[in-house]
Amino acid sequence: MTFLKLGLASALALGLAACSNTTDTAAVDPNAAGGTISETSLQYFNTVVGDRVFFDTDSSALDLTAQETLTRQAQWMQANASTTAVIEGHADERGTREYNIALGARRANAAYNFLVSQGIDGSRLRTVSYGKERPEALGSDDASWAQNRRSVSVVTGAPVS
Amino acid sequence: MRYLFCILALVAGAQCAAAQEPLRIEITDGVIEPMPFAAPQFVAADGGAQEVAAQLTKVMTDDLVNTALFRLIPQAAYIGRAEGADATPQFPDWRAINAQALVTGSVASTPDGRIELQVRLWDVFAGGPVGEGLRFVGDRQSWRRLAHKAADMVYSRLTGEAGYFDTRVVFVAESGPKGRRNKQLAIMDQDGAGLRTLTQAGELVLAPRFAPSSQTILFTSYRSGEPRVYLMNVESGAVDQLDRLPGMTFAPRFSPDGRRVVMSLSIGGNTDVYAVDLGSRARSRLTDSPAIDTAPSYAPDGSQIVFESDRGGSQQLYVMPAGGGGATRISFGQGRYATPVWSPRGDLIAFTKMQGGRFYIGVMRPDGSEERLLTASFLDEGPTWAPNGRVLMFFRETGGANGGPVLMSVDATGRNLRRVPITLAASDPAWSPLLQ
Repeated sequence: MTFLKLGLASALALGLAACSNTTDTAAVDPNAAGGTISETSLQYFNTVVGDRVFFDTDSSALDLTAQETLTRQAQWMQANASTTAVIEGHADERGTREYNIALGARRANAAYNFLVSQGIDGSRLRTVSYGKERPEALGSDDASWAQNRRSVSVVTGAPVS
Repeated sequence: MRYLFCILALVAGAQCAAAQEPLRIEITDGVIEPMPFAAPQFVAADGGAQEVAAQLTKVMTDDLVNTALFRLIPQAAYIGRAEGADATPQFPDWRAINAQALVTGSVASTPDGRIELQVRLWDVFAGGPVGEGLRFVGDRQSWRRLAHKAADMVYSRLTGEAGYFDTRVVFVAESGPKGRRNKQLAIMDQDGAGLRTLTQAGELVLAPRFAPSSQTILFTSYRSGEPRVYLMNVESGAVDQLDRLPGMTFAPRFSPDGRRVVMSLSIGGNTDVYAVDLGSRARSRLTDSPAIDTAPSYAPDGSQIVFESDRGGSQQLYVMPAGGGGATRISFGQGRYATPVWSPRGDLIAFTKMQGGRFYIGVMRPDGSEERLLTASFLDEGPTWAPNGRVLMFFRETGGANGGPVLMSVDATGRNLRRVPITLAASDPAWSPLLQ
């Protein structure tokens, strides 16, 4: 039990490290840290597949890294056909409230369109924008803002781990 | 104006100061010396009135002093006695302490248990009244409104502008960590008194806006899982979803006649401006561009709408007819412009500006000319006009994990920047019209 917890913690730490560095595209080996995460689990999706993509300031364009992450998301959702996802669009705090809701909607929609283009049925996806209301990184600096300009695919219909 | 002043003075049965200019503050001037005034504690006619007399006096004088247009001469300096509203003051006593204006008043309990306030404004150096005395009656629990009405009378007679003290503000009270901020709708008097929350914790709510009646507000809530616009009666608490068509809706505002709501609707990643008729709940589309079109606000005559759009490549302000079509860009300075709000006077549009990593509150003419920035900080956002179009409230947020928002106010001239005296973290203020 202790061993399993350690394994999960390591995988989480690796996943978070991948999230905080938008250029790190290497998929994390789920078993590298001795963990035993099921490939059909939310844990696997969130940390190994990657549940989020990042955007430049005031942009909803998907860069190569984002497209690779979304391609993995689409592959995973096809392999796990009973899952659905809510795609949350977010913005950093350096914009006004209403505009950021609209910008988050653009970002969520960009991810949605990419997943649909990869063969995911649109009925399995829903988009919502949180604007600047739910920052992930709490600092007021470029690194924090980069982590907050994101879309996150929140999957349901799969086991937790 | 002098003629009017004399007539009122004669009606009041006092001497006419025909040779003097009327006592007057020009609040459009950039820098002014506050007018020194005296306000002895209102005279209580009975024991029941005694306890509120001092509070009424203080609430009224606080309203006036907080404008920075008036300076209260402390009561300790008074030579003249406190007299009721009926008595003509001994003007030499008030001249001796250089009071230019004097407010006197009487407070009494009515037979049916309410509070009656009679107030009178005097021009000390002219030695006569400014206008007729006024009498306000109200329930004991809403005694503060009597003081605000008295302050509105003094303010309007000395500035020539409508008052704005008998008003309320709806806003978002914030608590909890930055990453999962708890937001609740709240309402208070404009001076921060009588604060109460209108929604439960745990529901993400944004940007309430008053109807012209002051009884109903619009707001955006995530209670359904996505942002949608709702109506709430602030007295009963009853909530009604504005419409049930698909898409995210946000950034609502009432039309000046209260019959329509203009707002943003986001479908498929594209955000446009729509109007909803409150009678039929029918939607009509006012903009049709692949850009972000949001934050619409009606002109006070209802003929035009100012909104923000990034159709030209960055967030800028545009004006279009209230029925849509033919938008004209009005902002051309450096940086991005957002959250335009048309002044109730019609003469200015207030906005949020972002430039060089700073946020500003500013005003410009409806044609975009005469832009002036009034405030600057890490994040100043979301101006709302006092109903007389002379004062703005907005929120200022500090950065960092422990940062948070506070409500601020500033005159449209840029003078008198001050924090609204509440201890809560708060954002998204919206000022009510004058209460009925």
